[in-house]
Amino acid sequence: MSFMKKSPWVIHYDGSSCNGCDIEVLACLTPLYDIERFGIVNTGNPKHADIFLVTGAVNAQNVPVVRQIYSQMPEPKVVVAVGACAASGGVFHDCYNIIGGVDKAIPVDVYVPGCAARPQAIIDGVVQGLAVLEAKRKLLAEGKLEELEQKDQLPPLPPQTHVKEDQA
Amino acid sequence: MSSQDLVTIKPENRPTDLLQEVENLKFQGYRFVQICCTRVPEGFELTYSFDKNYELKNLRFTLADGEGITSITSLYLPAFVCENEIHDLFGVPINHIAKGVDFGGKFFRLAEKTPWHDLPKGGAH
Amino acid sequence: MGKHTVVPFGPQHPVLPEPIHLDLELDDEKVVRAIPSIGYIHRGLEKLVEKREFKEYVFIAERICGICAFGHGWGYCKSVEGLMNIEIPLRAKYLRTIWHELSRIHSHLLWLGLMADGMGFESLFMHSWRLREKVLDIFEKTTGGRVIFSACKIGGVRRDIEDSELHGIAEILRGMRDEVREITDIFFKEPTSVSRLKDVGILSKEAAVATCAVGPMVRASGIPLDYRVADTSGVYRELNFTPVTTDTCDCYGRCWVRVQEIFASLDMICQAIEKIPAGDIAVPVKGNPNGEYFARLEQPRGEAFYYVKGNNTTHLTRFRVRTPTNMNLPAMVEALKGCDYADVPMIVLTIDPCISCTER
Repeated sequence: MSFMKKSPWVIHYDGSSCNGCDIEVLACLTPLYDIERFGIVNTGNPKHADIFLVTGAVNAQNVPVVRQIYSQMPEPKVVVAVGACAASGGVFHDCYNIIGGVDKAIPVDVYVPGCAARPQAIIDGVVQGLAVLEAKRKLLAEGKLEELEQKDQLPPLPPQTHVKEDQA
Repeated sequence: MSSQDLVTIKPENRPTDLLQEVENLKFQGYRFVQICCTRVPEGFELTYSFDKNYELKNLRFTLADGEGITSITSLYLPAFVCENEIHDLFGVPINHIAKGVDFGGKFFRLAEKTPWHDLPKGGAH
Repeated sequence: MGKHTVVPFGPQHPVLPEPIHLDLELDDEKVVRAIPSIGYIHRGLEKLVEKREFKEYVFIAERICGICAFGHGWGYCKSVEGLMNIEIPLRAKYLRTIWHELSRIHSHLLWLGLMADGMGFESLFMHSWRLREKVLDIFEKTTGGRVIFSACKIGGVRRDIEDSELHGIAEILRGMRDEVREITDIFFKEPTSVSRLKDVGILSKEAAVATCAVGPMVRASGIPLDYRVADTSGVYRELNFTPVTTDTCDCYGRCWVRVQEIFASLDMICQAIEKIPAGDIAVPVKGNPNGEYFARLEQPRGEAFYYVKGNNTTHLTRFRVRTPTNMNLPAMVEALKGCDYADVPMIVLTIDPCISCTER
C-alpha cells in the first residue's frame, strides 16, 4: 500500500474561512505549483481521500459537517489544518460564533500557519502529513487497530455546536 | 460618494407609513439596497436604503425592544435576506415575511440565539 | 406527472469552493424550486468593532473575503474617511484604483477557472489560473502578499509603487491581453461549453429588476448598473470607462460580460499608470469618528454597500457591509426555477458566489 505515500488523494473543505486559504489550496493544483505532478489529486468524495485539508476557524453550524466528512474518510487518514484560522481561530478567535480552530472539532495532525497560507507552505504541510500517513499505515498493516482508532478519535462535541435535529 | 438623504419615520406612523413610503419608492423606480439594524440605548435603529441613478435614499426609524415591524417582502422580495438576518441576530420581530422565504429563526443556526440583542458591554455607547 | 424528489446540494460538493446548502425540489429532472440554506461561514465579524479600534479594524474588514480582500479594505477605509472628512492624496486614489482593478482581473480569472472546472473543462481551469498567477506576482512584488495584502489604511495606502515598477506592470499587462484573449476565445467558441451556457439560467430584464440583482448578473440582462460610473473615491472619472452590458440574459451573457470587464480593466490600469501624479500616499488621521456615513463600491461581483457609525471614541458603534452576493442570491434562486438538474452547478457558479462575503 505504499502507493498511498507516493500519491495521496486530498479532499478540501472550507470550514468557515474567508476563502483566502481555499484559493491558495486550489492554487497548489494549478500549473505554477502543480502538486498533480506528484500524483496528488483533489477529490470531492471523502471515501476516496487520504488527506483532509481544512481551512477556517470552524463555526457552530459547520462542526457537524466537518466531523461527518472526517468520519466518512477511511483509515489511514491525516488532517492538515491550513491557515491561522484553522490553527487557533486567527483574527476571528473572539467572535461569538467561532469555536476557535479545527482541532476542537476533529483531531489534527499538521498545522500550516499563514494568513493566507502560501502554496509553498501548504505543500510542505502535505509532505509532513505524508510521514504521519505512513506511520498510520504501518499501524494498520500490523493490525494495531485500537491504537489507530485512539489516535483518530473525535474530540468531544464543542459546547457551541449547533446540531441539526437529524444529527443529534 | 454618499447621499445622506435620510427620511425619519415618526413612531406613531409605523407600520403603515413604512409600507407607504416603500411603495412610493417602488413606483418611482427605486432599487432596494439594504436594511441595517443598529442596537442603540432606546432599542433598535433600522435604516432602509434604496437607490435610483446612483443616489441613495434612506428611511430611518427606531423600534423599542420587543416592538415588531412589517416585512417589505410584499414589495421587494429580495429584502428577505436582510430581514431574516435581522430577526436571527437582533431578535427584532418582523411580521408577514413572504411565504417560502420566512426561515422562522433558522436562517443562521448560531451557537447562541440573538447575539446582537443586548447592548454592547464596555461602554461602546 | 413527474416524480417529485428533493435533492440536497452542498455544503460539501466538488464544484463548490465554499459551503452553501440548497434543497432542490425536482420534478423528474427539472428543478421546480431551490431553497437556500446558509450560515456555514457566519463569523459575526461585524460585532468585532466593539473589540478592535477603528484603525485596526481594517485588517478584519479585509478578511471578510479572501478574493475581494482589497475591495473590502478600500470600502471600509473610504467609509471611515468620508465620516471623518479626510481627503486622501490623488496618488493614493490612483494606487487604490490600480490595485482594485488588478483585484477585479484576478477575481474574474479565478471565477473563469472555477466555471470551467465545474463544466469539466479542466485544462481551461489550469490555463486561466496560470495567467492569474501573473497578477498575483504583481501583488506580491508591490505589497508582499498574494491574496490578503493590507495595502489600504485610513488616510491613504501603506506602500508606494515606484514609477519604474509601474511601467514594468503595464508591460506585463499588455502581454497578458493576448493570452487572455486566446483562452477566452476557446471558451466562447468551443461547442460543448457554448451548449452548456447558452439559454441556461435565464434571468429576464424584468426579473433582474424585481430581484434587485447587481454586478455582471444584472449587466448581462441589459441593465447598465455599475457604481464605477458614480464613484468619486477612485479615479474612474479620469479613465475611459463605460459599463459592459449585453442582453442575452443567460449564463453565456454573464461569462461574456466578465471577460470583457477583464479587458476593460487591463486598459484602465494602463491608462492610470500613464496618468498617475507624484505626491504623498497618505495623510495623518487625527481624532475619532463621529456620526454616520454610507459608502458604496463596485466590487468584481457587484455593488457593495458600507455603513459606519461612530460616537467620538476609538471604537465604531456599527459597521455594516451589504455585499453583492447578498443581493444576487434571490436572483440565483429565481434563475434556478425550471432549469435542468445538470445545469444547477453552472447557474450557481454564474452568480460568482462569494458566500463568505454574504455571511460575514
